Amino acid sequence: MSILIIAEHDNQNLSAATLNTVTAASEIGKEINVLVVGHNCSNVSKQCSQIPNVKSILEANSEEYKNFVAENVSKLIIDLSKDYSHILAPSSTTGKNIMPRVAALLDVMQISDIIKVVDDETFQRPIYAGNALSTVKSNDKIKIITVRSTAFEASENTGGSAEIKSINGSGDTDLSKFLKSELSSSERPELTSAKIVISGGRGMQDGSNFGMLEKVADKLGAAVGASRAAVDAGFVPNDYQVGQTGKVVAPNLYIAVGISGAIQHLAGMKDSKVIVAINKDEDAPIFQVADYGVVTDLFDAVPELDSKIN
Amino acid sequence: MKILVPVKRVIDYNVKVRVKPDNSGVELANVKMAMNPFDEIAVEQALRIKEASHAEEVIAISIGPQESQDTIRTALAMGADRGILVKTEHDIEPLAVAKILKSIVEKENPELVILGKQAIDDDCNQTGQMLSAFLNWPQTTFVSNLELKDKNLLSVREVDGGLEHMECSLPAIVTVDLRLNEPRYASLPNIMKAKRKPLEEISPSDLGVDTSKRLEVLKVEDPPSREAGMILGSVDELVDKLKNEAKVI
Repeated sequence: MSILIIAEHDNQNLSAATLNTVTAASEIGKEINVLVVGHNCSNVSKQCSQIPNVKSILEANSEEYKNFVAENVSKLIIDLSKDYSHILAPSSTTGKNIMPRVAALLDVMQISDIIKVVDDETFQRPIYAGNALSTVKSNDKIKIITVRSTAFEASENTGGSAEIKSINGSGDTDLSKFLKSELSSSERPELTSAKIVISGGRGMQDGSNFGMLEKVADKLGAAVGASRAAVDAGFVPNDYQVGQTGKVVAPNLYIAVGISGAIQHLAGMKDSKVIVAINKDEDAPIFQVADYGVVTDLFDAVPELDSKIN
Repeated sequence: MKILVPVKRVIDYNVKVRVKPDNSGVELANVKMAMNPFDEIAVEQALRIKEASHAEEVIAISIGPQESQDTIRTALAMGADRGILVKTEHDIEPLAVAKILKSIVEKENPELVILGKQAIDDDCNQTGQMLSAFLNWPQTTFVSNLELKDKNLLSVREVDGGLEHMECSLPAIVTVDLRLNEPRYASLPNIMKAKRKPLEEISPSDLGVDTSKRLEVLKVEDPPSREAGMILGSVDELVDKLKNEAKVI
């Protein structure tokens, strides 16, 4: 029995999170196959075939998969499931939407958001916003797993030569209709895969002040994030949110500006390699996790930082 | 129509959780409990739909120990009409929760089930999707805007790259994200009134659902702690440390 990974992509390009999922699958230690389900997605299949250690690519190319509607994609995965002992997907909003449906219909309990593979049936996952880590053993016949991509290194994406097989779709369930998407467009790197992230909190006072962070971000090649407080205050859109209920990031450098450090925010960034906190409140909990703290007014510190990092 | 809203009793989100010394779980004794914050948003949305005359009845259901009736009473105080407590001795997994909800749905025939997208204790993010799969109803997850037009549900989903607009017909499953609404506080008169609202108590075996666990918890432990860092005197010092000590810029 082997492993099936559900590739994450936009019909054109493979998302980096899939490469982290391949690493998690390698640690389980069985033959790895990748499912590319989408529409006009042959480019993605080609990218997947380059990943070393992948045996084969299954490509389901059909109109009803264009927008990854959960009801349609989960039906296909269930139809394929009998050949696999493990089915893995990145723990993105797409994976979270689809995989529990697969688990339910196979009558197994999904293992969400794993951060460590102990053996092929035992995994570690965070609970309580990462304030505790739970090691669980699954006794189900097939393991349905979502993978926290920041907890695993990305695998190589060149040098492989997996065979690409075209497979039939399972049809349109006609349950939900996709109308349109409004995706944020940005020249900056994606939040979850950026090497450096600079985030603003309620201390930013206003959405327009995020311009200061963007200037620094552009010099460092960084992504811009935000705390839930900044999102709730309407400073920036929700897809900036780092935290328990937003995105989980683990860059080499995380700069928290005007962020107090609520538990739910720490859950999204405390695995970053180096954490910097800039806050005028010296008692802010963010300083307890920061490697470097500067207790000062961010409206002085950020422009100064901007001018000194050339 | 009827709307069903499952509500979970969890450790209050302001409380710092403590791992038990024997690593069997987290300490729940003498800890302040509250309704899962996402479920409050779900209750609020159901009430708004009812107040806009699109629904006649909002039913709050909780699955858990006897104390979970407090969580149901909170929903009733917010304005839900009646409650159902499915009493369980041990905590149960989303798969079994979804099975219980399925049999309640078949009994009560709601046209809409609104759930929180995840519970802040196990952070699983599974129950709504599982229920939708069991019922073969459409699912719309992580919703930040919801509009009911005749029997059509127009929704906006929060996804990693931005927003997604979806449409489906009723009956349907919706799971809610944070920005959908701001839940109301229950007023004192409504808290008093809630005490007289009907609350039915049943057990999973009444529904014929097997709640045995599929995942064996081997160990619950504290996450690795970070070493305390240093407070620097100036931005100059910070830039120097990042360049020459941490070597990250």
